[in-house]
Amino acid sequence: MSEQFEPTIIGFTCNWCSYRAADMAGTARMKYAPNVRLIRLMCSGRLDPTFIMKALASGADGVLITGCHPGECHYLEQNYKALRRYLLLRRVLKGMGIAPERVKLIWASAAEGVKLTNEINTFVEEIRALGPLGWNKKLAGNGHKIEEPVMEEVAA
Amino acid sequence: MSKPKFAMYWSGSCGGCEIAVINIHEKILDVDANFDIAFWPVAMDAKVKDVEALEDGAILLTLWNGSIRNEENEHMAHLLRKKSKILVAFGSCATEGCIPGLANLSPMQEIFDVAYHTISTDNPNNIHPQTVTKVPEGEITIPALKDRVHTLAQVVDVDYYMPGCPPESHQIAAVIDLVIQVLEGKAQLPPKGSVIGAGNSTVCEECTRKRNVKMIKAFHRIQEIAPADPELCLLEQGIPCNGPATRSGCNARCPAVGAQCIGCYGPAEGVIDYGARLVTAFASVIDANEPEEIERILDGIPDPTGQFYRFNLADSLFRAGSSAFKKNGH
Repeated sequence: MSEQFEPTIIGFTCNWCSYRAADMAGTARMKYAPNVRLIRLMCSGRLDPTFIMKALASGADGVLITGCHPGECHYLEQNYKALRRYLLLRRVLKGMGIAPERVKLIWASAAEGVKLTNEINTFVEEIRALGPLGWNKKLAGNGHKIEEPVMEEVAA
Repeated sequence: MSKPKFAMYWSGSCGGCEIAVINIHEKILDVDANFDIAFWPVAMDAKVKDVEALEDGAILLTLWNGSIRNEENEHMAHLLRKKSKILVAFGSCATEGCIPGLANLSPMQEIFDVAYHTISTDNPNNIHPQTVTKVPEGEITIPALKDRVHTLAQVVDVDYYMPGCPPESHQIAAVIDLVIQVLEGKAQLPPKGSVIGAGNSTVCEECTRKRNVKMIKAFHRIQEIAPADPELCLLEQGIPCNGPATRSGCNARCPAVGAQCIGCYGPAEGVIDYGARLVTAFASVIDANEPEEIERILDGIPDPTGQFYRFNLADSLFRAGSSAFKKNGH
């Protein structure tokens, strides 16, 4: 294959710090790899490990979790909870035969647009080196695919 | 008036579910009084061709216990689905893969090697099972294993789910009572896809142990701190208890006698991935904020994947470990 592998990365960002860092990076026209799709959460503590597993099982090659620096959480200490979950989740992934490096937690404050773009670029290269995960293809290849829940329509 | 037909079939399972059914004692006579037992290989002699001869939908109720491990299991699942009006995934193997599902952490070759060719196996002639064997009389076949263990619902449409390894006998009796009441027109069946014979909450809800907001500095295996405090939550004593993510319905039998919940009733209502929910639960009791300290505490759980997916691996979001997919060429 001559074309370079372009990883798909889901990034979970905290409303109070890293999402604003990404915003700042955008305002300042800093460039970063387009591989990452950012999803805003109110806090890294909101991040249910299910989200990460769902992302990886549905075709993402890596997941980036970003939160406020230790001691700076808007909700006091939820980023520590995110840290503990992240460290335990990595062990579970390893047991599944998934490189734990596919999930990465970084701290970035609202002022650290440069740091965030650097971290994103580094992570994209790390995942590119690991190669595709392609779990959705693994599941489909066995004659079975993940069921998508039927979404309920809610009147506006 | 002829009685409605009942069937029970087993596939990749241990047979404990059948014992749990017999454990309903005299209630089994109600089954016989209200049903014509059409097919139940463990309890009576009936052949697959008898089932094939039935009209589609001729069996009112089929309890299926066991995972889909080989091609024969899959074939029978399709057959009994066609012949049954109501198909119930009965027990943990059928609903979520259970212990057989842990095979999904290993490649097929390794499973065969461990079973037939390791030093602990007495196999002097180095016999390795083949799906087709030629003998003077012709060819004989045995069903091939599937690449990985599937749950019943991953193969055919399932009407109801009844969790448990095995389902508690009082829950089985209650479900049989319900079905008989439906037959008599006194009750209605729950909506399709419901979990029956279990609660809607978690094992913690039924557990009588006291919960404080206590954090722990280390995880212990239960034998290391015996006797555990009989009143206090096991997880808060550092014993890895799967209660917070596990469906209620068993009256918290294990924690009641001082053993941790291992999660045989499967994910609680609303839990998408059982292991993910436990990651959250376990992480929340760890009393440390420094990565090194957290890692040291986590070392107390020697096999997190096995701990969190002992029963649920085949039904988890990942379905299997990556090595189980190797045969597919991915």
